[in-house]
Amino acid sequence: MTAALVGYLADTRVLAGRHLLHLRRTPGRLVLMTLNPLVMLLALGYLFRHAITVPGGRYEEYVLAGVGAQVGLAQIGPTAIGVAADLRGGVTDRFRAMPVPLGAVLLGRTLSDLAVAAVSLAAVAGLGALLGWRPHHGPAATAAGFAVLLAFCYAMAWAGVLLGTLVRDAETLDSVGALILVVFGFLSNAFLAASSLPGWLRPVAEWNPVSSVVGLCRRLWGNAAAGQSTGAAGATAAAVLLALLAAAVVLSLRALRGR
Amino acid sequence: MTAAIRAEGLRKAFGGRPVLRGVDLEAPAGTVLGVLGPNGAGKTTTVRILTTLLAADAGRASVAGFDVAARGREVRRRIGLTGQSTAVDGLLTARENLALIGRLLRLGRAGTRRRVDALLDRFGLAAAADLPAATLSGGLRRRLDLAACVLGEPAVLFLDEPTTGLDPVSRTVLWDLVRDLVGGGATVLLTTQYLEEADALADRIAVVDAGRVIAEGTPAALKRKAGRDRLEVVLARPAETAETARLLTRLAGHPARPDPDRAAVAVPLPGGLDDLARVAAGLSAAGVAVTDFTLHRPTLDDVFFALTGAGEAEPAA
Ligand SMILES: Nc1ncnc2c1ncn2[C@@H]1O[C@H](COP(=O)(O)OP(=O)(O)O)[C@@H](O)[C@H]1O
Ligand SMILES: [Mg+2]
Repeated sequence: MTAALVGYLADTRVLAGRHLLHLRRTPGRLVLMTLNPLVMLLALGYLFRHAITVPGGRYEEYVLAGVGAQVGLAQIGPTAIGVAADLRGGVTDRFRAMPVPLGAVLLGRTLSDLAVAAVSLAAVAGLGALLGWRPHHGPAATAAGFAVLLAFCYAMAWAGVLLGTLVRDAETLDSVGALILVVFGFLSNAFLAASSLPGWLRPVAEWNPVSSVVGLCRRLWGNAAAGQSTGAAGATAAAVLLALLAAAVVLSLRALRGR
Repeated sequence: MTAAIRAEGLRKAFGGRPVLRGVDLEAPAGTVLGVLGPNGAGKTTTVRILTTLLAADAGRASVAGFDVAARGREVRRRIGLTGQSTAVDGLLTARENLALIGRLLRLGRAGTRRRVDALLDRFGLAAAADLPAATLSGGLRRRLDLAACVLGEPAVLFLDEPTTGLDPVSRTVLWDLVRDLVGGGATVLLTTQYLEEADALADRIAVVDAGRVIAEGTPAALKRKAGRDRLEVVLARPAETAETARLLTRLAGHPARPDPDRAAVAVPLPGGLDDLARVAAGLSAAGVAVTDFTLHRPTLDDVFFALTGAGEAEPAA
Protein backbone atom coordinates (compact mmCIF):
# COMPACT_ATOMS: atom_id res chain seq x y z
CA MET A 1 0.00 0.00 0.00
CA THR A 2 2.72 2.44 1.04
CA ALA A 3 4.77 1.44 -1.99
CA ALA A 4 1.78 2.17 -4.22
CA LEU A 5 1.34 5.57 -2.61
CA VAL A 6 5.04 6.41 -2.98
CA GLY A 7 4.86 5.39 -6.64
CA TYR A 8 1.74 7.50 -7.14
CA LEU A 9 3.45 10.54 -5.67
CA ALA A 10 6.61 9.92 -7.69
CA ASP A 11 4.55 9.81 -10.91
CA THR A 12 2.72 12.96 -9.87
CA ARG A 13 5.99 14.76 -9.28
CA VAL A 14 7.47 13.70 -12.62
CA LEU A 15 4.32 14.78 -14.45
CA ALA A 16 4.11 18.10 -12.60
CA GLY A 17 7.74 18.60 -13.61
CA ARG A 18 6.70 18.25 -17.25
CA HIS A 19 4.30 21.20 -16.93
CA LEU A 20 6.81 23.32 -15.07
CA LEU A 21 9.26 22.60 -17.89
CA HIS A 22 6.59 23.86 -20.33
CA LEU A 23 6.47 27.11 -18.40
CA ARG A 24 10.23 27.45 -18.57
CA ARG A 25 10.08 26.92 -22.34
CA THR A 26 7.29 29.45 -22.83
CA PRO A 27 7.94 32.10 -20.18
CA GLY A 28 5.65 34.49 -22.07
CA ARG A 29 2.65 32.47 -21.00
CA LEU A 30 3.55 32.67 -17.33
CA VAL A 31 4.10 36.41 -17.61
CA LEU A 32 0.77 36.90 -19.40
CA MET A 33 -1.10 34.79 -16.87
CA THR A 34 0.37 36.79 -14.00
CA LEU A 35 -0.03 40.10 -15.79
CA ASN A 36 -3.75 39.67 -16.39
CA PRO A 37 -4.81 40.00 -12.71
CA LEU A 38 -2.15 42.65 -12.10
CA VAL A 39 -3.62 44.85 -14.82
CA MET A 40 -7.06 44.35 -13.33
CA LEU A 41 -5.72 45.32 -9.92
CA LEU A 42 -4.09 48.46 -11.31
CA ALA A 43 -7.20 49.47 -13.24
CA LEU A 44 -9.60 49.01 -10.37
CA GLY A 45 -7.46 49.50 -7.27
CA TYR A 46 -5.61 52.55 -8.57
CA LEU A 47 -7.44 54.27 -11.44
CA PHE A 48 -10.99 53.67 -10.19
CA ARG A 49 -10.33 53.72 -6.45
CA HIS A 50 -12.13 56.98 -5.92
CA ALA A 51 -14.81 56.32 -8.51
CA ILE A 52 -16.08 53.15 -6.85
CA THR A 53 -17.27 53.23 -3.28
CA VAL A 54 -18.05 50.23 -1.18
CA PRO A 55 -19.86 50.18 2.14
CA GLY A 56 -17.59 49.93 5.17
CA GLY A 57 -14.08 50.39 3.79
CA ARG A 58 -11.62 51.54 1.15
CA TYR A 59 -11.93 50.18 -2.38
CA GLU A 60 -8.21 49.41 -2.81
CA GLU A 61 -8.56 47.01 0.12
CA TYR A 62 -11.91 45.68 -0.97
CA VAL A 63 -10.79 44.74 -4.47
CA LEU A 64 -7.77 42.62 -3.55
CA ALA A 65 -9.70 39.47 -2.63
CA GLY A 66 -11.67 39.83 -5.86
CA VAL A 67 -8.55 40.04 -7.99
CA GLY A 68 -7.17 37.05 -6.06
CA ALA A 69 -10.20 35.03 -7.11
CA GLN A 70 -9.66 36.22 -10.66
CA VAL A 71 -6.29 34.47 -10.63
CA GLY A 72 -8.16 31.19 -10.25
CA LEU A 73 -10.76 32.01 -12.89
CA ALA A 74 -8.12 33.10 -15.38
CA GLN A 75 -6.47 29.69 -15.11
CA ILE A 76 -9.46 27.69 -16.29
CA GLY A 77 -8.95 28.46 -19.98
CA PRO A 78 -5.22 27.69 -20.22
CA THR A 79 -5.60 24.49 -18.19
CA ALA A 80 -8.47 23.32 -20.38
CA ILE A 81 -6.48 24.07 -23.53
CA GLY A 82 -3.53 22.05 -22.23
CA VAL A 83 -5.70 19.09 -21.26
CA ALA A 84 -7.48 19.12 -24.62
CA ALA A 85 -4.18 19.30 -26.51
CA ASP A 86 -2.83 16.27 -24.65
CA LEU A 87 -6.01 14.37 -25.43
CA ARG A 88 -6.03 15.32 -29.10
CA GLY A 89 -2.34 14.65 -29.59
CA GLY A 90 -2.41 11.22 -27.95
CA VAL A 91 -0.10 12.14 -25.04
CA THR A 92 -2.81 11.25 -22.51
CA ASP A 93 -3.37 7.93 -24.29
CA ARG A 94 0.34 7.20 -24.08
CA PHE A 95 0.36 7.76 -20.31
CA ARG A 96 -2.84 5.78 -19.87
CA ALA A 97 -1.42 2.83 -21.79
CA MET A 98 1.50 2.82 -19.35
CA PRO A 99 1.38 1.68 -15.72
CA VAL A 100 0.70 5.29 -14.69
CA PRO A 101 -2.52 6.08 -12.79
CA LEU A 102 -4.76 8.56 -14.60
CA GLY A 103 -5.18 10.37 -11.28
CA ALA A 104 -1.43 11.03 -11.14
CA VAL A 105 -1.52 12.51 -14.65
CA LEU A 106 -4.21 15.00 -13.63
CA LEU A 107 -2.74 15.66 -10.19
CA GLY A 108 0.57 16.51 -11.85
CA ARG A 109 -1.15 19.07 -14.02
CA THR A 110 -3.34 20.64 -11.34
CA LEU A 111 -0.52 20.84 -8.80
CA SER A 112 1.73 22.61 -11.32
CA ASP A 113 -1.18 24.99 -11.99
CA LEU A 114 -1.35 25.59 -8.26
CA ALA A 115 2.32 26.55 -8.22
CA VAL A 116 1.66 29.08 -10.99
CA ALA A 117 -1.34 30.41 -9.06
CA ALA A 118 0.81 30.87 -5.97
CA VAL A 119 3.27 32.99 -7.97
CA SER A 120 0.42 35.08 -9.38
CA LEU A 121 -1.16 35.56 -5.98
CA ALA A 122 2.15 36.68 -4.52
CA ALA A 123 2.48 39.26 -7.31
CA VAL A 124 -1.10 40.43 -6.70
CA ALA A 125 -0.46 40.77 -2.95
CA GLY A 126 2.78 42.66 -3.59
CA LEU A 127 1.20 45.14 -5.98
CA GLY A 128 -1.84 45.40 -3.70
CA ALA A 129 0.36 46.34 -0.78
CA LEU A 130 1.94 49.10 -2.89
CA LEU A 131 -1.53 50.40 -3.73
CA GLY A 132 -2.56 50.49 -0.10
CA TRP A 133 -4.04 47.07 0.63
CA ARG A 134 -3.58 45.98 4.25
CA PRO A 135 -4.81 42.91 6.13
CA HIS A 136 -6.03 43.84 9.63
CA HIS A 137 -6.35 40.62 11.59
CA GLY A 138 -2.77 39.41 12.06
CA PRO A 139 -0.51 36.96 10.22
CA ALA A 140 -2.54 33.80 10.86
CA ALA A 141 -5.75 35.26 9.44
CA THR A 142 -3.81 36.79 6.54
CA ALA A 143 -2.27 33.43 5.68
CA ALA A 144 -5.65 31.77 6.03
CA GLY A 145 -7.05 34.18 3.45
CA PHE A 146 -4.38 33.19 0.95
CA ALA A 147 -4.95 29.53 1.73
CA VAL A 148 -8.61 30.02 0.83
CA LEU A 149 -7.64 31.66 -2.47
CA LEU A 150 -5.21 28.83 -3.25
CA ALA A 151 -7.91 26.27 -2.51
CA PHE A 152 -10.17 28.16 -4.92
CA CYS A 153 -7.43 28.20 -7.58
CA TYR A 154 -6.98 24.47 -7.15
CA ALA A 155 -10.69 23.79 -7.58
CA MET A 156 -10.62 25.99 -10.70
CA ALA A 157 -7.68 24.01 -12.10
CA TRP A 158 -9.87 20.91 -11.90
CA ALA A 159 -12.73 22.83 -13.47
CA GLY A 160 -10.29 23.53 -16.32
CA VAL A 161 -9.44 19.81 -16.55
CA LEU A 162 -13.13 18.97 -16.80
CA LEU A 163 -13.72 21.62 -19.44
CA GLY A 164 -10.76 20.34 -21.48
CA THR A 165 -12.06 16.76 -21.41
CA LEU A 166 -15.50 17.86 -22.58
CA VAL A 167 -14.52 20.44 -25.24
CA ARG A 168 -11.61 19.55 -27.51
CA ASP A 169 -11.33 22.56 -29.78
CA ALA A 170 -8.66 25.05 -28.69
CA GLU A 171 -10.38 28.13 -30.12
CA THR A 172 -13.70 27.30 -28.54
CA LEU A 173 -11.90 26.80 -25.25
CA ASP A 174 -10.22 30.17 -25.59
CA SER A 175 -13.58 31.91 -25.92
CA VAL A 176 -15.23 29.83 -23.22
CA GLY A 177 -12.35 30.65 -20.87
CA ALA A 178 -12.69 34.37 -21.51
CA LEU A 179 -16.44 34.15 -21.00
CA ILE A 180 -16.06 32.34 -17.68
CA LEU A 181 -13.62 34.99 -16.52
CA VAL A 182 -16.03 37.83 -17.26
CA VAL A 183 -19.30 36.18 -16.21
CA PHE A 184 -18.09 34.61 -12.97
CA GLY A 185 -15.90 37.61 -12.17
CA PHE A 186 -18.44 40.36 -12.65
CA LEU A 187 -21.60 38.54 -11.55
CA SER A 188 -20.17 38.24 -8.05
CA ASN A 189 -18.99 40.45 -5.23
CA ALA A 190 -15.40 40.31 -6.55
CA PHE A 191 -15.24 43.87 -7.86
CA LEU A 192 -18.52 45.44 -6.75
CA ALA A 193 -20.78 44.82 -3.78
CA ALA A 194 -23.52 42.39 -4.74
CA SER A 195 -26.00 44.91 -3.36
CA SER A 196 -25.03 47.35 -6.11
CA LEU A 197 -26.07 44.94 -8.89
CA PRO A 198 -29.51 45.16 -10.53
CA GLY A 199 -32.04 43.38 -8.33
CA TRP A 200 -32.62 40.37 -10.58
CA LEU A 201 -28.88 39.65 -10.76
CA ARG A 202 -28.35 39.81 -7.02
CA PRO A 203 -29.32 36.17 -6.36
CA VAL A 204 -26.94 35.11 -9.14
CA ALA A 205 -24.08 36.96 -7.49
CA GLU A 206 -24.96 35.60 -4.08
CA TRP A 207 -24.99 32.01 -5.32
CA ASN A 208 -21.84 32.46 -7.38
CA PRO A 209 -19.09 30.38 -5.70
CA VAL A 210 -16.69 33.25 -6.29
CA SER A 211 -18.71 35.40 -3.89
CA SER A 212 -18.41 33.03 -0.96
CA VAL A 213 -14.64 32.72 -1.44
CA VAL A 214 -14.12 36.46 -1.79
CA GLY A 215 -16.44 37.19 1.12
CA LEU A 216 -14.48 34.87 3.38
CA CYS A 217 -11.15 36.46 2.39
CA ARG A 218 -12.47 39.93 3.19
CA ARG A 219 -13.60 38.66 6.60
CA LEU A 220 -10.19 37.14 7.30
CA TRP A 221 -8.37 40.28 6.18
CA GLY A 222 -10.84 42.81 7.63
CA ASN A 223 -11.26 44.46 4.21
CA ALA A 224 -14.70 46.11 4.12
CA ALA A 225 -16.31 42.79 4.90
CA ALA A 226 -20.05 42.43 5.07
CA GLY A 227 -22.60 39.74 5.69
CA GLN A 228 -21.90 36.47 7.47
CA SER A 229 -19.60 35.95 10.44
CA THR A 230 -16.16 34.45 9.72
CA GLY A 231 -17.25 31.03 10.94
CA ALA A 232 -20.37 30.91 8.79
CA ALA A 233 -18.54 32.31 5.78
CA GLY A 234 -15.81 29.70 6.28
CA ALA A 235 -18.30 26.87 6.43
CA THR A 236 -20.07 28.10 3.29
CA ALA A 237 -16.83 28.55 1.34
CA ALA A 238 -15.49 25.16 2.43
CA ALA A 239 -18.70 23.43 1.39
CA VAL A 240 -18.77 25.24 -1.95
CA LEU A 241 -15.12 24.49 -2.74
CA LEU A 242 -15.34 20.85 -1.73
CA ALA A 243 -18.47 20.35 -3.81
CA LEU A 244 -16.86 22.01 -6.85
CA LEU A 245 -13.66 20.04 -6.50
CA ALA A 246 -15.39 16.69 -5.96
CA ALA A 247 -17.70 17.24 -8.92
CA ALA A 248 -14.85 18.26 -11.25
CA VAL A 249 -12.62 15.33 -10.18
CA VAL A 250 -15.33 12.70 -10.47
CA LEU A 251 -16.70 13.97 -13.77
CA SER A 252 -13.22 14.40 -15.33
CA LEU A 253 -12.12 10.89 -14.40
CA ARG A 254 -15.37 9.44 -15.67
CA ALA A 255 -15.21 11.32 -18.95
CA LEU A 256 -11.59 10.25 -19.51
CA ARG A 257 -12.05 6.60 -18.60
CA GLY A 258 -15.14 6.18 -20.74
CA ARG A 259 -13.60 7.68 -23.84
CA MET B 1 2.32 -21.70 -29.03
CA THR B 2 0.77 -19.17 -26.66
CA ALA B 3 -0.97 -16.18 -28.17
CA ALA B 4 0.48 -12.83 -27.12
CA ILE B 5 -2.64 -11.12 -28.44
CA ARG B 6 -6.02 -12.77 -28.58
CA ALA B 7 -9.37 -11.10 -29.21
CA GLU B 8 -12.68 -12.91 -29.40
CA GLY B 9 -15.89 -11.35 -30.60
CA LEU B 10 -15.04 -7.76 -29.70
CA ARG B 11 -17.99 -5.43 -30.13
CA LYS B 12 -18.24 -1.73 -29.65
CA ALA B 13 -20.85 0.85 -30.52
CA PHE B 14 -20.61 4.63 -30.24
CA GLY B 15 -23.92 6.33 -29.60
CA GLY B 16 -25.84 3.29 -30.83
CA ARG B 17 -23.79 3.02 -34.04
CA PRO B 18 -21.89 -0.29 -34.17
CA VAL B 19 -18.21 0.23 -34.97
CA LEU B 20 -16.91 -3.24 -34.10
CA ARG B 21 -19.22 -6.14 -34.86
CA GLY B 22 -17.33 -9.12 -33.49
CA VAL B 23 -13.59 -8.83 -34.10
CA ASP B 24 -11.46 -11.97 -33.65
CA LEU B 25 -7.68 -11.69 -33.75
CA GLU B 26 -4.77 -13.82 -32.70
CA ALA B 27 -1.03 -13.22 -32.75
CA PRO B 28 1.40 -15.86 -31.48
CA ALA B 29 4.28 -14.51 -29.37
CA GLY B 30 7.12 -13.10 -31.44
CA THR B 31 5.09 -12.51 -34.60
CA VAL B 32 3.78 -9.46 -36.41
CA LEU B 33 0.06 -9.25 -37.01
CA GLY B 34 -0.97 -6.74 -39.65
CA VAL B 35 -4.47 -5.32 -39.32
CA LEU B 36 -5.30 -4.00 -42.74
CA GLY B 37 -8.33 -1.90 -43.47
CA PRO B 38 -9.61 1.38 -44.88
CA ASN B 39 -10.37 4.51 -42.88
CA GLY B 40 -13.22 3.92 -40.44
CA ALA B 41 -12.90 0.13 -40.48
CA GLY B 42 -12.42 0.04 -36.69
CA LYS B 43 -8.65 -0.42 -36.47
CA THR B 44 -8.03 2.32 -33.92
CA THR B 45 -11.02 1.27 -31.83
CA THR B 46 -9.65 -2.28 -31.74
CA VAL B 47 -6.20 -1.03 -30.70
CA ARG B 48 -7.74 1.15 -27.99
CA ILE B 49 -9.58 -1.82 -26.53
CA LEU B 50 -6.48 -4.05 -26.62
CA THR B 51 -4.39 -1.35 -24.93
CA THR B 52 -6.98 -0.93 -22.12
CA LEU B 53 -7.90 2.61 -23.15
CA LEU B 54 -11.45 1.68 -24.02
CA ALA B 55 -13.85 -0.95 -22.68
CA ALA B 56 -15.49 -3.27 -25.20
CA ASP B 57 -19.27 -3.68 -25.10
CA ALA B 58 -18.92 -7.42 -25.58
CA GLY B 59 -16.28 -10.02 -26.29
CA ARG B 60 -12.99 -10.82 -24.63
CA ALA B 61 -9.38 -9.98 -25.20
CA SER B 62 -6.09 -10.86 -23.59
CA VAL B 63 -2.66 -9.36 -24.15
CA ALA B 64 0.55 -10.96 -22.89
CA GLY B 65 -1.63 -13.50 -21.11
CA PHE B 66 -3.75 -11.02 -19.14
CA ASP B 67 -7.36 -10.11 -19.68
CA VAL B 68 -7.52 -6.49 -20.84
CA ALA B 69 -10.71 -5.72 -18.91
CA ALA B 70 -9.91 -7.46 -15.61
CA ARG B 71 -6.11 -7.14 -15.43
CA GLY B 72 -5.53 -3.83 -17.16
CA ARG B 73 -2.60 -2.87 -14.97
CA GLU B 74 -0.72 -6.08 -15.75
CA VAL B 75 -1.37 -5.51 -19.45
CA ARG B 76 -0.11 -1.91 -19.25
CA ARG B 77 3.14 -3.11 -17.69
CA ARG B 78 3.85 -5.19 -20.77
CA ILE B 79 2.78 -3.12 -23.75
CA GLY B 80 3.95 -0.16 -25.78
CA LEU B 81 1.58 1.99 -27.80
CA THR B 82 2.26 4.22 -30.76
CA GLY B 83 -1.10 5.78 -31.40
CA GLN B 84 -2.45 7.09 -34.66
CA SER B 85 -1.38 10.65 -33.83
CA THR B 86 2.25 11.19 -32.90
CA ALA B 87 2.18 11.50 -29.12
CA VAL B 88 5.30 13.51 -28.44
CA ASP B 89 5.42 16.65 -26.33
CA GLY B 90 6.40 19.40 -28.75
CA LEU B 91 7.76 21.76 -26.09
CA LEU B 92 10.14 19.16 -24.69
CA THR B 93 13.28 18.07 -26.49
CA ALA B 94 13.55 14.57 -27.91
CA ARG B 95 15.75 13.60 -24.98
CA GLU B 96 13.36 15.09 -22.42
CA ASN B 97 10.42 13.30 -24.01
CA LEU B 98 12.15 9.96 -23.59
CA ALA B 99 13.46 10.80 -20.12
CA LEU B 100 9.90 11.58 -19.01
CA ILE B 101 8.74 8.14 -20.11
CA GLY B 102 11.80 6.52 -18.48
CA ARG B 103 11.07 8.18 -15.15
CA LEU B 104 7.43 7.08 -15.30
CA LEU B 105 8.61 3.54 -16.02
CA ARG B 106 10.79 3.77 -12.88
CA LEU B 107 14.01 3.07 -14.74
CA GLY B 108 15.84 5.29 -12.29
CA ARG B 109 17.93 8.33 -13.16
CA ALA B 110 21.00 6.48 -14.38
CA GLY B 111 19.02 3.68 -15.99
CA THR B 112 16.88 6.20 -17.83
CA ARG B 113 19.89 8.12 -19.09
CA ARG B 114 21.61 4.99 -20.37
CA ARG B 115 18.52 3.67 -22.12
CA VAL B 116 17.61 7.07 -23.60
CA ASP B 117 21.09 7.57 -25.03
CA ALA B 118 21.05 4.10 -26.55
CA LEU B 119 17.64 4.65 -28.15
CA LEU B 120 18.50 8.11 -29.50
CA ASP B 121 21.45 6.48 -31.23
CA ARG B 122 19.60 3.48 -32.53
CA PHE B 123 16.70 5.54 -33.88
CA GLY B 124 18.96 8.06 -35.60
CA LEU B 125 17.88 10.86 -33.28
CA ALA B 126 21.20 11.69 -31.67
CA ALA B 127 21.76 14.84 -33.73
CA ALA B 128 18.27 16.14 -32.97
CA ALA B 129 18.24 15.02 -29.34
CA ASP B 130 18.28 18.47 -27.80
CA LEU B 131 15.89 20.26 -30.16
CA PRO B 132 12.29 20.86 -29.15
CA ALA B 133 10.29 17.97 -30.59
CA ALA B 134 7.92 20.42 -32.32
CA THR B 135 10.75 21.52 -34.60
CA LEU B 136 11.52 17.98 -35.83
CA SER B 137 10.29 16.65 -39.18
CA GLY B 138 7.27 14.35 -39.23
CA GLY B 139 9.51 11.35 -39.83
CA LEU B 140 11.80 12.15 -36.89
CA ARG B 141 8.83 12.81 -34.61
CA ARG B 142 7.36 9.45 -35.53
CA ARG B 143 10.70 7.79 -34.77
CA LEU B 144 10.77 9.53 -31.40
CA ASP B 145 7.23 8.30 -30.81
CA LEU B 146 8.32 4.75 -31.56
CA ALA B 147 11.37 5.11 -29.31
CA ALA B 148 9.11 6.22 -26.45
CA CYS B 149 6.93 3.21 -27.10
CA VAL B 150 9.82 0.71 -26.81
CA LEU B 151 11.68 2.41 -23.96
CA GLY B 152 10.32 -0.05 -21.41
CA GLU B 153 11.16 -3.04 -23.63
CA PRO B 154 7.54 -4.11 -23.87
CA ALA B 155 6.66 -7.68 -24.82
CA VAL B 156 3.78 -6.54 -27.03
CA LEU B 157 3.75 -3.47 -29.25
CA PHE B 158 0.78 -1.75 -30.82
CA LEU B 159 1.53 0.49 -33.78
CA ASP B 160 -1.51 2.30 -35.15
CA GLU B 161 -0.80 3.39 -38.73
CA PRO B 162 2.85 4.11 -37.94
CA THR B 163 3.76 5.40 -41.39
CA THR B 164 0.61 7.16 -42.58
CA GLY B 165 1.58 10.60 -43.87
CA LEU B 166 5.33 9.90 -43.91
CA ASP B 167 7.65 10.33 -46.86
CA PRO B 168 9.00 7.15 -48.47
CA VAL B 169 12.45 7.44 -46.87
CA SER B 170 11.05 7.81 -43.35
CA ARG B 171 8.74 4.93 -44.07
CA THR B 172 11.62 2.65 -45.00
CA VAL B 173 13.56 3.68 -41.89
CA LEU B 174 10.53 2.94 -39.74
CA TRP B 175 10.03 -0.44 -41.37
CA ASP B 176 13.63 -1.37 -40.60
CA LEU B 177 13.17 -0.32 -36.98
CA VAL B 178 10.03 -2.45 -36.67
CA ARG B 179 11.82 -5.47 -38.16
CA ASP B 180 14.62 -4.88 -35.70
CA LEU B 181 12.20 -4.86 -32.77
CA VAL B 182 10.62 -8.10 -33.87
CA GLY B 183 14.06 -9.63 -34.16
CA GLY B 184 14.40 -8.81 -30.46
CA GLY B 185 11.43 -11.08 -29.71
CA ALA B 186 8.55 -8.63 -29.34
CA THR B 187 5.06 -9.32 -30.63
CA VAL B 188 3.68 -6.53 -32.80
CA LEU B 189 0.19 -5.57 -33.85
CA LEU B 190 0.40 -3.07 -36.66
CA THR B 191 -2.53 -1.40 -38.35
CA THR B 192 -2.22 0.00 -41.83
CA GLN B 193 -4.15 1.05 -44.90
CA TYR B 194 -1.40 -0.18 -47.20
CA LEU B 195 -1.23 -3.74 -48.44
CA GLU B 196 2.40 -3.07 -49.28
CA GLU B 197 3.20 -2.23 -45.66
CA ALA B 198 1.40 -5.24 -44.23
CA ASP B 199 3.15 -7.37 -46.82
CA ALA B 200 6.56 -5.95 -45.91
CA LEU B 201 6.23 -6.39 -42.14
CA ALA B 202 3.52 -8.84 -41.14
CA ASP B 203 3.64 -12.60 -40.68
CA ARG B 204 -0.13 -12.73 -40.88
CA ILE B 205 -2.67 -10.18 -42.01
CA ALA B 206 -6.22 -9.67 -40.80
CA VAL B 207 -8.29 -7.64 -43.22
CA VAL B 208 -10.96 -5.58 -41.45
CA ASP B 209 -13.89 -3.83 -42.99
CA ALA B 210 -16.84 -2.17 -41.26
CA GLY B 211 -15.93 -3.63 -37.86
CA ARG B 212 -15.37 -7.21 -38.94
CA VAL B 213 -12.41 -9.37 -39.93
CA ILE B 214 -13.28 -10.39 -43.47
CA ALA B 215 -10.11 -12.36 -44.20
CA GLU B 216 -7.07 -13.64 -42.37
CA GLY B 217 -3.95 -15.26 -43.69
CA THR B 218 -0.35 -14.90 -44.75
CA PRO B 219 0.51 -11.96 -47.00
CA ALA B 220 1.23 -14.36 -49.86
CA ALA B 221 -2.17 -16.01 -49.58
CA LEU B 222 -3.95 -12.67 -49.46
CA LYS B 223 -2.08 -11.39 -52.44
CA ARG B 224 -3.00 -14.49 -54.37
CA LYS B 225 -6.62 -13.71 -53.62
CA ALA B 226 -6.16 -10.09 -54.47
CA GLY B 227 -4.90 -10.78 -57.93
CA ARG B 228 -1.57 -10.61 -59.59
CA ASP B 229 0.78 -7.88 -60.57
CA ARG B 230 -0.35 -6.11 -63.71
CA LEU B 231 1.66 -4.39 -66.39
CA GLU B 232 0.35 -1.32 -68.15
CA VAL B 233 1.98 0.20 -71.22
CA VAL B 234 1.01 3.46 -72.88
CA LEU B 235 1.81 3.65 -76.59
CA ALA B 236 3.41 6.45 -78.54
CA ARG B 237 1.32 5.53 -81.64
CA PRO B 238 -2.36 5.00 -80.66
CA ALA B 239 -3.05 3.14 -83.92
CA GLU B 240 -0.97 0.21 -82.67
CA THR B 241 -3.17 -0.45 -79.60
CA ALA B 242 -5.03 -3.54 -80.88
CA GLU B 243 -1.94 -5.02 -82.43
CA THR B 244 0.10 -4.49 -79.23
CA ALA B 245 -2.66 -6.12 -77.17
CA ARG B 246 -2.31 -9.25 -79.29
CA LEU B 247 1.47 -9.17 -78.90
CA LEU B 248 1.25 -8.75 -75.12
CA THR B 249 -1.28 -11.58 -74.84
CA ARG B 250 1.23 -13.83 -76.55
CA LEU B 251 4.25 -12.58 -74.56
CA ALA B 252 2.60 -12.70 -71.14
CA GLY B 253 0.48 -15.78 -71.68
CA HIS B 254 -2.56 -13.97 -70.33
CA PRO B 255 -5.25 -12.00 -72.15
CA ALA B 256 -4.28 -8.35 -72.49
CA ARG B 257 -6.94 -5.64 -72.33
CA PRO B 258 -6.61 -2.71 -74.75
CA ASP B 259 -7.85 0.73 -73.76
CA PRO B 260 -7.95 2.59 -77.12
CA ASP B 261 -9.05 5.90 -75.56
CA ARG B 262 -5.80 6.16 -73.61
CA ALA B 263 -3.70 4.23 -76.12
CA ALA B 264 -2.93 1.85 -73.24
CA VAL B 265 -2.78 -1.91 -72.84
CA ALA B 266 -2.92 -3.79 -69.53
CA VAL B 267 -1.93 -7.41 -68.99
CA PRO B 268 -1.64 -9.66 -65.89
CA LEU B 269 1.99 -10.41 -65.13
CA PRO B 270 2.23 -12.91 -62.28
CA GLY B 271 5.73 -14.17 -63.04
CA GLY B 272 7.74 -11.30 -61.55
CA LEU B 273 11.05 -10.18 -62.95
CA ASP B 274 11.35 -12.94 -65.61
CA ASP B 275 7.97 -12.09 -67.12
CA LEU B 276 8.84 -8.41 -67.03
CA ALA B 277 12.14 -8.93 -68.83
CA ARG B 278 10.59 -11.14 -71.50
CA VAL B 279 7.74 -8.71 -72.17
CA ALA B 280 10.06 -5.70 -72.34
CA ALA B 281 12.41 -7.48 -74.73
CA GLY B 282 9.50 -8.64 -76.90
CA LEU B 283 8.04 -5.12 -77.16
CA SER B 284 11.38 -3.66 -78.01
CA ALA B 285 12.09 -6.35 -80.63
CA ALA B 286 8.71 -5.67 -82.27
CA GLY B 287 9.59 -1.96 -82.47
CA VAL B 288 6.64 -0.81 -80.31
CA ALA B 289 7.23 2.75 -79.08
CA VAL B 290 6.18 3.07 -75.46
CA THR B 291 5.73 6.32 -73.48
CA ASP B 292 4.88 4.67 -70.18
CA PHE B 293 5.64 1.23 -68.79
CA THR B 294 4.28 0.59 -65.27
CA LEU B 295 3.99 -2.46 -63.06
CA HIS B 296 0.94 -2.20 -60.78
CA ARG B 297 1.04 -4.14 -57.51
CA PRO B 298 -2.29 -5.25 -56.04
CA THR B 299 -3.54 -2.66 -53.55
CA LEU B 300 -5.88 -2.73 -50.58
CA ASP B 301 -8.62 -1.87 -53.06
CA ASP B 302 -7.83 -4.97 -55.09
CA VAL B 303 -7.95 -7.09 -51.93
CA PHE B 304 -11.35 -5.69 -51.10
CA PHE B 305 -12.65 -6.23 -54.57
CA ALA B 306 -11.41 -9.79 -54.47
CA LEU B 307 -12.77 -10.51 -50.97
CA THR B 308 -16.10 -8.79 -51.07
CA GLY B 309 -16.81 -9.28 -54.72
CA ALA B 310 -17.73 -5.63 -54.90
CA GLY B 311 -16.08 -5.44 -58.29
CA GLU B 312 -13.23 -6.87 -60.23
CA ALA B 313 -9.63 -6.20 -59.34
CA GLU B 314 -8.58 -6.87 -62.91
CA PRO B 315 -10.04 -8.29 -66.07
CA ALA B 316 -10.87 -11.97 -65.66
CA ALA B 317 -8.00 -14.05 -66.95
N1 LIG C 1 -15.03 8.11 -29.58
C1 LIG C 1 -15.79 7.93 -30.67
N2 LIG C 1 -17.05 8.39 -30.71
C2 LIG C 1 -17.84 8.21 -31.79
N3 LIG C 1 -17.45 7.58 -32.90
C3 LIG C 1 -16.21 7.08 -32.94
C4 LIG C 1 -15.32 7.24 -31.83
N4 LIG C 1 -14.15 6.64 -32.15
C5 LIG C 1 -14.30 6.15 -33.41
N5 LIG C 1 -15.53 6.41 -33.88
C6 LIG C 1 -16.06 5.99 -35.19
O1 LIG C 1 -15.86 4.61 -35.31
C7 LIG C 1 -15.51 4.28 -36.65
C8 LIG C 1 -14.23 3.48 -36.65
O2 LIG C 1 -13.19 4.33 -36.23
P1 LIG C 1 -11.69 3.86 -36.06
O3 LIG C 1 -11.64 2.73 -35.13
O4 LIG C 1 -10.93 5.09 -35.71
O5 LIG C 1 -11.35 3.37 -37.54
P2 LIG C 1 -9.93 3.28 -38.27
O6 LIG C 1 -8.86 3.41 -37.23
O7 LIG C 1 -9.95 1.93 -38.91
O8 LIG C 1 -9.89 4.37 -39.27
C9 LIG C 1 -15.41 5.57 -37.41
O9 LIG C 1 -16.58 5.73 -38.15
C10 LIG C 1 -15.30 6.61 -36.33
O10 LIG C 1 -15.90 7.80 -36.74
MG1 LIG D 1 -7.41 4.71 -37.11
